Amino acid sequence: MRPTPSRLLNILVPVKRCVDYAVKIRVNPQQTGVDLNVKHSMNPFDEIAVEEAVRLRDRLKDEVKSIKVVTIGPAKATETLRTALAMGADSGIHVEIPDGPGPEPLGVAKTLKAIIEREKEKAPVDMVIMGKQAIDDDMCATGQMLAGLLGTAQATFLNKLEVDPKAGVAKVTTEIDGGVEELECKLPAVFTTDLRLNEPRYATLPHIMKAKKKPIEKLSPSDLGVDLTPILETLKVTEPPKRTGGVKVESVDELVSKLKDAGFTAVA
Amino acid sequence: MLSRSSAILSTARLNFARTYATAASPHALVLIEHRNGAIESSSLAALTAATELGGEVTGLVIGGPDQVGSIVEKAKKLKGLKSVLHSTSEQYTSPVPEIVSPLLEKLLGSGSAYTHFVSAHSSAAKALVPRLAAKLDVPHVPDITSLSHSEEGTTFTRPIYAGNAIATVRAPASLPVKIFTVRGTAFAAAADGGDVSAEVLEPVSVSDSPTTHIKTSLTKSDRPELGAASRVVSGGRALKNAETFKSTMEPLADVLGAAIGASRAAVDAGYADNSLQVGQTGKVVAPELYVAVGISGAIQHLAGMKDSKMIVAINKDADAPIFQVADAGLVADLYEAVPDLVEKLKATK
Repeated sequence: MRPTPSRLLNILVPVKRCVDYAVKIRVNPQQTGVDLNVKHSMNPFDEIAVEEAVRLRDRLKDEVKSIKVVTIGPAKATETLRTALAMGADSGIHVEIPDGPGPEPLGVAKTLKAIIEREKEKAPVDMVIMGKQAIDDDMCATGQMLAGLLGTAQATFLNKLEVDPKAGVAKVTTEIDGGVEELECKLPAVFTTDLRLNEPRYATLPHIMKAKKKPIEKLSPSDLGVDLTPILETLKVTEPPKRTGGVKVESVDELVSKLKDAGFTAVA
Repeated sequence: MLSRSSAILSTARLNFARTYATAASPHALVLIEHRNGAIESSSLAALTAATELGGEVTGLVIGGPDQVGSIVEKAKKLKGLKSVLHSTSEQYTSPVPEIVSPLLEKLLGSGSAYTHFVSAHSSAAKALVPRLAAKLDVPHVPDITSLSHSEEGTTFTRPIYAGNAIATVRAPASLPVKIFTVRGTAFAAAADGGDVSAEVLEPVSVSDSPTTHIKTSLTKSDRPELGAASRVVSGGRALKNAETFKSTMEPLADVLGAAIGASRAAVDAGYADNSLQVGQTGKVVAPELYVAVGISGAIQHLAGMKDSKMIVAINKDADAPIFQVADAGLVADLYEAVPDLVEKLKATK
């Protein structure tokens, strides 16, 4: 797909504006979703993705030509792009959609594919680095779907990423059930980040000020020829069943007898 | 039986048109994952979920030449399966999604007799299934905890927002194939008791995979597997370091015959291996007994364990959120309480 092996890297980082991870969410009374009138911030896994792209530039210097961040979301999602720009990305694309429940991963993946095809002429995307999952819908799918649509390599749940731009390959370590796996991916490729890939930086005030001047391109789904109408029907959103916990015991002896009553005794 | 299922495959295009119009009974294809010669317990739960659709269920075993034989023998005995398909290739020994997906695309693509594709919500499936769904241009529903099937489609429940809300979603009947992954702890494992035939499925060779598998390193352990253990003891940040984590948690795990888990804080601080993390971003467990030691109970951690039958918490901080879900909470210094608990448990044998 990439004829010239030695080239400068263009990195695309999709980010999502989510309900902040520390917010205790509430299901709305109509049972159509959760109360979104709360603090939002960048999806934590996406922060790790932005950080990794910026660190790649720190390591590879001029071999990283551009870091572009993209978001699909309501007007307020621009703030999320600004945060990413303050962390070190160069420019942003905001695909604006109305407020409300976000699109499905398949729709997002198709939008990202359309953006990548649009960029092909000026700055062909070599790497997409994105979070492994958004902490709101917990779908864990968009990166894999994008790689599938593009027909490129994918590596999910990264905890280590080493890129050799000259050879056009990336060596990665990914987290799997029970351990880790090492893979080698030919670029272009899609990578999704796990928590342990890095520790995202805080944007400093000068960087935040500078980020205000960085360009953000506004697009609509129709500009890209994509339809973000959900295919799955959400019938309702409900509270999970409440646990009847909250019982305290006074001593280890009491704990042991409680365990024994419940049928838990020593096996060894 | 063998000839019948191949007839379904060969006349699939015809069947498809009819399926579409009358919503014929479902036919699910279940991916049976395996490791070290054993079927993954989460795949057994996926099989149970597939049988709840109320139609036929076909098992699919993919693997290297040395792996598949014994797994197929085990799969043939599983209750609920109508038949077992198996596909073998050197390429499937340590497969990556780029290599497995084409086989599944062929099997589930246009004209397929399968109405559903089911897999466990394992790390391998999390990587593979969305890629496959995108290739087939359909959405998928991950990590489901219940399901029901009707003429209107297949309805699932799945946790969102780290398990703090439950979404009920319907994959409409118009979708040619409904793809979902199953939360292993939400369904009982399928038992033995069947006796079905097996059928060879030609592998699809991928000549120029963009991704190459280099190495898999698994954390060795003699303890029960965390995701499937009936008892789990889990340690948090209060364990101070890797040595005290080991010296405190292992005797407790030993006396209870439990698997060891950890909170994200403990994993990030290097006290325990990544693969032991319980929570939204780690493993979701629902054992009979979950003992949380020195874990405060952040929502991300609770997302991974709050469906446990009995939760025991030992923590110095009486206000720790873990006590709100604990069936037995002990406010105490874990360095005194845990050794004491181990000693006193030994007397209960």
